Amino acid sequence: MIAYILRSLAQAVMVMLAVALLAFSMFRFVGDPVANMVGQEASVKEREELAERLGLNKPFPIQFANYVTDMARGEFGMSYRQGRPVADLLRERAPATIELAFLSSLFALVFGIALGVYAAINRRGILANLAMSISLIGVSLPTFLIGIGMIYLFAVELRWLPSFGRGDVVRLGWWSTGLLTESGRKSLIMPVLTLGLFQMTLIMRLVRAEMLEALRTDYVKFARARGIPERAISFRHALRNTMIPVVTIAGLQFGAVIAFAIVTETVFQWPGLGALFIQAVQYVDIPVMAAYLMFVAFVFVVVNLAVDLIYFAVDPRLRGTTVAAK
Amino acid sequence: MHWSMTRLTFALGAALALSITAADARPVKWARGADALTLDPHSQNEGPTIAFSNQVYEALTTRDNANKLIPALAVSWKLADPTTWEFKLRQNVKFHNGDPFTADDVVFSYNRALQPTSDYKGYLAGVKEIVKVDDYTVQVKTTGPNPLVADNLTSVFIMSKKWSEANNTTKVQDFKNKEENFAVRNANGTGPFSLVSREPDVKTVLKRNDAYWGRGEVPLEITELTLVPIKQDATRVAALLSGEMDVVQDVPVQDIERLKNAPKMRVTEGPENRTIFFGFDVGSPELASSDVKGKNPFKDVRVREAVSLSLNRTAIQRVVMRGQAVPAGTIAPPFVNGYKKEFDANAGAADVAKAKSLMAAAGYPNGFSISLHCPNDRYLNDEAICQAAVGMMGQIGLKVNMISQSKSLHFPVLQNVKSDFYMLGWGVPTYDSDYIFSFLYHTREGTRGGWNATRYSNPEVDKLIQSLSSETDKPKRDATIAQIWDKLRPEHLYAAIHHQMLAHAMKNDIEVPVRPDNIIFFKQVAFKKS
Repeated sequence: MIAYILRSLAQAVMVMLAVALLAFSMFRFVGDPVANMVGQEASVKEREELAERLGLNKPFPIQFANYVTDMARGEFGMSYRQGRPVADLLRERAPATIELAFLSSLFALVFGIALGVYAAINRRGILANLAMSISLIGVSLPTFLIGIGMIYLFAVELRWLPSFGRGDVVRLGWWSTGLLTESGRKSLIMPVLTLGLFQMTLIMRLVRAEMLEALRTDYVKFARARGIPERAISFRHALRNTMIPVVTIAGLQFGAVIAFAIVTETVFQWPGLGALFIQAVQYVDIPVMAAYLMFVAFVFVVVNLAVDLIYFAVDPRLRGTTVAAK
Repeated sequence: MHWSMTRLTFALGAALALSITAADARPVKWARGADALTLDPHSQNEGPTIAFSNQVYEALTTRDNANKLIPALAVSWKLADPTTWEFKLRQNVKFHNGDPFTADDVVFSYNRALQPTSDYKGYLAGVKEIVKVDDYTVQVKTTGPNPLVADNLTSVFIMSKKWSEANNTTKVQDFKNKEENFAVRNANGTGPFSLVSREPDVKTVLKRNDAYWGRGEVPLEITELTLVPIKQDATRVAALLSGEMDVVQDVPVQDIERLKNAPKMRVTEGPENRTIFFGFDVGSPELASSDVKGKNPFKDVRVREAVSLSLNRTAIQRVVMRGQAVPAGTIAPPFVNGYKKEFDANAGAADVAKAKSLMAAAGYPNGFSISLHCPNDRYLNDEAICQAAVGMMGQIGLKVNMISQSKSLHFPVLQNVKSDFYMLGWGVPTYDSDYIFSFLYHTREGTRGGWNATRYSNPEVDKLIQSLSSETDKPKRDATIAQIWDKLRPEHLYAAIHHQMLAHAMKNDIEVPVRPDNIIFFKQVAFKKS
């Protein structure tokens, strides 16, 4: 087990280095940051001076080596756009995105599993089929359309919820949370729904399919023959075995969550890392872009490691034959 | 009990205070499409940052809503000798932290704006030295006679020397430093609003400066001003319609009609100080992206004129811009010194027949192919304008391949002079034709011609342009400007499309006019009883 974890960590470092190299080589094609950093009046000479000062004229391997060594020391450089250290920016904005991503995944998991199980048990029920059809909307409509539609309905017409932003947030150390204030909670509702809807659909359908499969297996038949109550069969036995594919998918979906978080954050003016990244791309704020990509790579690596560990916890069939790491 | 009496008193007091202030003054939430990049007034020379700095900081001169140059922190100015402008400063002005405003602060601020890392040095081009004569008199010495010094100073803001030294921000942000400069998120100016808090990309809160020197001259009814950047167009408009925002400065063109018809909303419109146009490469011997080999079709003025004649600017105004544009015949916006009404006469309609005959006379009866570089996130509907123009130019045989990309990719192409045919927009902050000539028509050398990607180079015109910077006799200078326009306009080096228009939307108890420089002076807002 320990050797397995150590090997995963080594692989993680390799992945991050590879991402850094790829990201860095792409940056030469995203545009010229100097063009955005100086006003109309700047002369040709001034532009060249700034490029020199930013180190943009050094050859690529040197720029990359400097970058990796700085990162290892925890220095992410200064944002070209804001003139502030990138590490500060990441620290300020990460809570917003993490809260949003986490809550939307939680919403998707809870409702997805619940609705999936319900739809599996009451296969021919009207309500179940209705839920399935409506969930298709979540997957077929683009995220920004759902977001803007909800803003117009709930913020402009009904005036129940705020149309943008995080509301009042409470600072706990370096973390900021919107869950402790009323305006913060109200502000969370629409973004979480927007981001969670397509995930929920996927999980719901997956759980339903897997459950239907599990309910047909021999061990379920024997359990029924033994007289074990239907409820226990559904939740203690069948459901647990469907969780492996669900957890795998949920882990992989996390990539989509991060990606669509960018769209959601832009629509709702949510001050998170996704909005920061989009602005960095438009402004060619290379230090921020590089830091964001490294952050995403890190998140993926952690999530996949967690997914692997959850396998052990969830599926009793795996635990008996613990795989000895070679 | 004694504490419930205190509570009662508080409650009554609060109710009384609220009832007095509610009608005459209130906080205002101000939404923009982009945030101010920094609070340092000498760091980033761009629109939203300058518009924000104008609430907290002030300069020696400014422009009123009719574009006239008026006193701000300077009460008067005159030429002491041919190369020295003398400014008399306003007295009894204090910074937000209580420091008095004196000539020391002006000398300090201008020297700070001249540092290599400042983006505002262009406004002080030609300035040799700034000298304090006494506490309320400053002399700006120039290398040669310079008629526009006062006009150029409207965006060079004054910081407090004492405050800057105490907070270690005497230098403008240098991106090589590892530490953030204090002025990036803190501000201390003489303006009508002072900084309460700053959360970049979330909100910036300002409160009314009750000790503002201009308190009697302007309404200054807004007690608290909050700048909220909302990038997404639809969300920004929704925030106004839902009542969460009071003023939206950047209104997307497609929502103007809707906002005009919304209840309790007001929309103000006006022309901007910016023209959108196409540029031609007239210098290269052959065009890289064209199928004409061995020669450059844009070198022939007939071809350039034909392109200009093929554009139906009225159609672009009506369909692409939904009325939010003024068809232009020349790349000078109407407020600029040197503009004449005849420049834009007959700019609206296309003359395809004449254009075709010009193309045939030039030797291209079947046209040719060419690539057009276009930005897609800088000007209002820039990509859509290019798209419409491509269709129009097709009528005279031009097969245009549109290369539309983000401004970060588009502008470097122009900076490196690598385009055959491109779109550009040009604003004129000094309200003088010299600004257009220097950047767009002068040969590309030294500090001039930085945006002249046409490769046009005419030494005779260059000399005339250079003479404008040192000619202090106004009638003579204006005559030279007219002479330059008369030489340049028939050359059709640029095909002007239109002057942009701006619109602001707000709740109807506020009225904010549109200024060509797209700055809102919130100190001028007086709430209307509706």
